[in-house]
Amino acid sequence: MKGVITVLGKDQVGIIASVCSYLSNEGINILDISQSIVQGFFNMIMVVDVTNTGKPFEQMVNELRELGETIGVQIKIQHEDIFNGMHRI
Amino acid sequence: MITFQEISETNKMFAESHLDVRTITLGVSLLDCADENIERFNQKIYEKITKSAENLVKTGNEIAMQYGVPIVNKRISVTPIAIAAAGCRARRYLSVAKTLDRAAQAVGVNFIGGFSALLQKGSTESDKALVRSIPEALSNTERVCSCLNLASTRDGINMNAVAKSGRIIKEMAELSKDKGCIACAKFVVFCNAVEDNPFMAGAFHGVTERENVINVGVSGPGVVKRALEEVRGADFETLCETIKRTAFKITRVGQLVALEASKRMGIPFGSLDLSLAPTPEMNDSVAEILQEMGLEQPGAPGSTAAIAILNDNVKKGGVMASSYVGGLSGAFIPVSEDHGMIEAVKSGALSLEKLEAMTCVCSVGIDMAAIPGDTSPETISGVIADEMAIGMINGKTTAVRIIPAIGKNVGDTLEFGGLLGSAPVMPVSGVSCADFIKRGGRIPAPIHSFRN
Repeated sequence: MKGVITVLGKDQVGIIASVCSYLSNEGINILDISQSIVQGFFNMIMVVDVTNTGKPFEQMVNELRELGETIGVQIKIQHEDIFNGMHRI
Repeated sequence: MITFQEISETNKMFAESHLDVRTITLGVSLLDCADENIERFNQKIYEKITKSAENLVKTGNEIAMQYGVPIVNKRISVTPIAIAAAGCRARRYLSVAKTLDRAAQAVGVNFIGGFSALLQKGSTESDKALVRSIPEALSNTERVCSCLNLASTRDGINMNAVAKSGRIIKEMAELSKDKGCIACAKFVVFCNAVEDNPFMAGAFHGVTERENVINVGVSGPGVVKRALEEVRGADFETLCETIKRTAFKITRVGQLVALEASKRMGIPFGSLDLSLAPTPEMNDSVAEILQEMGLEQPGAPGSTAAIAILNDNVKKGGVMASSYVGGLSGAFIPVSEDHGMIEAVKSGALSLEKLEAMTCVCSVGIDMAAIPGDTSPETISGVIADEMAIGMINGKTTAVRIIPAIGKNVGDTLEFGGLLGSAPVMPVSGVSCADFIKRGGRIPAPIHSFRN
């Protein structure tokens, strides 16, 4: 199962490191990544494989949100089907 | 694999354009709760509703979390009480309304629809008891919604019920005048009511439906408006194509949520209603779409054409995206729930008469419009009769949800708060229709109803 992680917020040191160390601890593999900084605003989208994590999806949603709150950015994870549903037939 | 651009596009729809699943509505049949004792009936319906809907709110929240889709409301619709409670042979159904209210509160939903009767051809004793109970029931409960079907293309218009509806609307406005006449916002009359509508106040679980069913209403006028900004000034073909493509994407979200809710709750998926329903928020307005199309404000000449284009192309895009499109599916134009409509009324651009014209081609009818508190019941019935005639002749659903603002006049505003918004009082013609309304009886079905 794949998830899409989006990170939005003011750029600072260590955003990618924090997110990636969470993913690595949970056994979540990063499949693709895109990152940009526009006028000091950090924007990252990651496609990840969550098949090997034992956690329920809702728990990851909460944990990533909390991680975002501690480092001052917004982090979301969504099931990829919402994007497939909208853009693929 | 999905592209980053597509991911951004979807998330912008949620974050900036207020795309949301407006409601997951669980339909519950109460036919098997029939009892000759009203207390036992109430107990049975309470148990059935709370058991059927015990996981509704939880499931809705889980789906919202997993997909990052806002799911605004979780609601319940039940078998029309006039049918389900007929065995009780009671004179009044206030206790039934209170039971529905308690059941809705117990499972955490904000509205429960189905305190309803289908009167298009006439009234049973139970229908009469229900209608008699509506003003008291809606003034003494918070979550209960009621609708009456007064007419259909097949059966004509029950003018006795139209006359009665004018009186009960006035009565419940009086009864709830200390709360902004809020009871009237929970009551709607229909022509050609649909049995799988997930939207309040008109939701009920039709007698031809299954035991339980999940109906989903998806919304997103802001997304359509944003898409139209990209093609500003382009010709009508481009305009229609853009609306269609956007409606398709919006509907796919609803389809996904509906199937997931159905799977998780083990309840069959009924239908997806792809109505564009506004909220009082900026960028969540049907009026803004009309403005983006090129009208200064709704109510300008061209408004009926514009809403016709919107309604038709929402349907065309939507039906491609889901196997079971149902409900009302089109564009809603409630006055109080759309800041652009409110401004149009306040500036004098939009009159009740122009609103009526727009209802000929939009998905429902005159919705959430406030009128002066001293409007006579006969005049209210006249407005209803006109709307019923539009529905009957054109073979479409039409509705009236109108609020006499007791103690207020044109220039004043009724405040409801929340999704219901605020309603500026609209002027109503003072020319009498009293003698027309008091004739009574039934208007026969139109000639084109004989299609066999």
